[in-house]
Amino acid sequence: MTSDVEPENVQDQSPKQDTGLAHRHLLGLEGWSRGDIGRVLDTAVQFREVLDRPIRSVPSLRGVTVVNLFYEPSTRTRISFELAEKRLSADVVNFSSSGSSISKGETLRDTARNIEAMKIDMVIIRHGSAGAPSFLTRCVDAVVINAGDGAHEHPTQALLDALTIREQFGRIEGLRISIIGDIMHSRVARSNLHALTTLGADVTICGPASLLPVHLDRLLGEGARGRVRVTTCLDEALDGCDVAMALRIQMERQGRSLFPSVREYHEQFGIRMEHMEAHRDLIVMHPGPVNRGVELATDVVDHERALILNQVTNGVAVRMSVLYLMADGTKRHA
Amino acid sequence: MQDPGISTIVRWRARPVAGFVEFCQTVMSFSVPQGPYIGSMHAKDTVKAQLMDERDLERILHRMSRQIVEMFAIDETAGADFGLIGMQTRGVFLARRLAGLIRDIDGVDVPVGILDATMYRDDFRMRNRKPEVRETAIDFDIHDRHLVLVDDVLFTGRTVRSALDALMDMGRPASVHFLVMIDRGHRELPIEADFIGRRVPTLPGEEVRVRLSECDEREGVWLVDSGEAA
Repeated sequence: MTSDVEPENVQDQSPKQDTGLAHRHLLGLEGWSRGDIGRVLDTAVQFREVLDRPIRSVPSLRGVTVVNLFYEPSTRTRISFELAEKRLSADVVNFSSSGSSISKGETLRDTARNIEAMKIDMVIIRHGSAGAPSFLTRCVDAVVINAGDGAHEHPTQALLDALTIREQFGRIEGLRISIIGDIMHSRVARSNLHALTTLGADVTICGPASLLPVHLDRLLGEGARGRVRVTTCLDEALDGCDVAMALRIQMERQGRSLFPSVREYHEQFGIRMEHMEAHRDLIVMHPGPVNRGVELATDVVDHERALILNQVTNGVAVRMSVLYLMADGTKRHA
Repeated sequence: MQDPGISTIVRWRARPVAGFVEFCQTVMSFSVPQGPYIGSMHAKDTVKAQLMDERDLERILHRMSRQIVEMFAIDETAGADFGLIGMQTRGVFLARRLAGLIRDIDGVDVPVGILDATMYRDDFRMRNRKPEVRETAIDFDIHDRHLVLVDDVLFTGRTVRSALDALMDMGRPASVHFLVMIDRGHRELPIEADFIGRRVPTLPGEEVRVRLSECDEREGVWLVDSGEAA
């Protein structure tokens, strides 16, 4: 396509004129439309293909500077974002909480101002407090992408989950998806609830009563309420279910003891081989890192119907897609 | 879209044996662009001239397929050392048609790949609308192969530049040639096509619209005024 004909193709293929995303920042998937989520997923499919090429990078974000601001420990998400940034040829800077001015007591606002002074285009932030990314958007002009904030949202995880499910089933509409585990403290569950209900799935959330959110109604939008079912019984959650997403039990936060013991949790809510055998079409997913023998029995983790490693591969493609589409918001440099 | 005005409508040529109903549909759909109407001109387009009809396209494709067969001495071994690469979107359909014609001439199947170079563009942050990233699917090894890149319109040359970068990231072809249906001039880079359907002198505010039956409602090439500042 030569440049003169290009914009028109966009118009030809959909009646919608503006094909940019409706949001400048990715703070959470609450309020994201089906069209915008679909666009991120469609673009991610094309980036999956790039990852299979001999040279796995494209020059799309050349000249764009991205900082990874990680206030909480993370391996998978940080590496995944960093890989995505490098494969798009962005310039990457890493901040992590240890060994930086953060550990010297600098406030988030001051760190943000320094970032601003360094002319950075995009900020990827992971923070222990819900709302930190939103706060950041008020301090800096850069595009902000949330890589997990407290118990609020982890949008790119939900997008990669959606991509993995869509890749497996060819659709998300009408699927029955169960999210099992510590729903109350899980930003992954929250983002997934928003994304999956928006995409038309029926979601069941399941876990010990002490780990289920109290005000689910307030959490969900109007359209989503009828699509979400709550249960404390694993068999009920797995009955007729297409995808089971197990969440990580955060062992490091077990001081609060919201359930009696890890062994008892596994007995009641852990997915074991007997469940895989009873439900022959069940697909199992997990955002990682897995506690083997807690959320999932160890042979379930390695089962052919466990898509945990597909999720990781899709994570890089989805983050490339998000960075690529959101880089549009950094126009001031153009 | 505004009413294009009767003069614009009259300029539309109905297809050679089009009946009255079909003619009405053409007129209707032109003035009512909403709905599942694929392959329209732009909303602000005013048609200045039709440059080619479907028979012109067919004749030119025949000529170009013979030129390719001659230049690359296409024979039974061509499946291994030759390939057509269609550029999204209409270059893909042109490449497939060429492959079909080469099969008719020689009985040889040449492979056709699909390339989308959007990720390699240098102007992507200068636009208001982000170009859609479309499929790239080249299921043969381009290493050591003679490739012909196929596109519909050659304008500034920037798209070809990005396509060449994309190809080089996928391997090291023996050679890359460039085939284009319309060369409309106004190059911004030192790039020329090896096979040209037709050269059309244009003004900066004009656009060339190639329409193919695979993805559009009508087939042909039109010169339009885009209604946007050049």
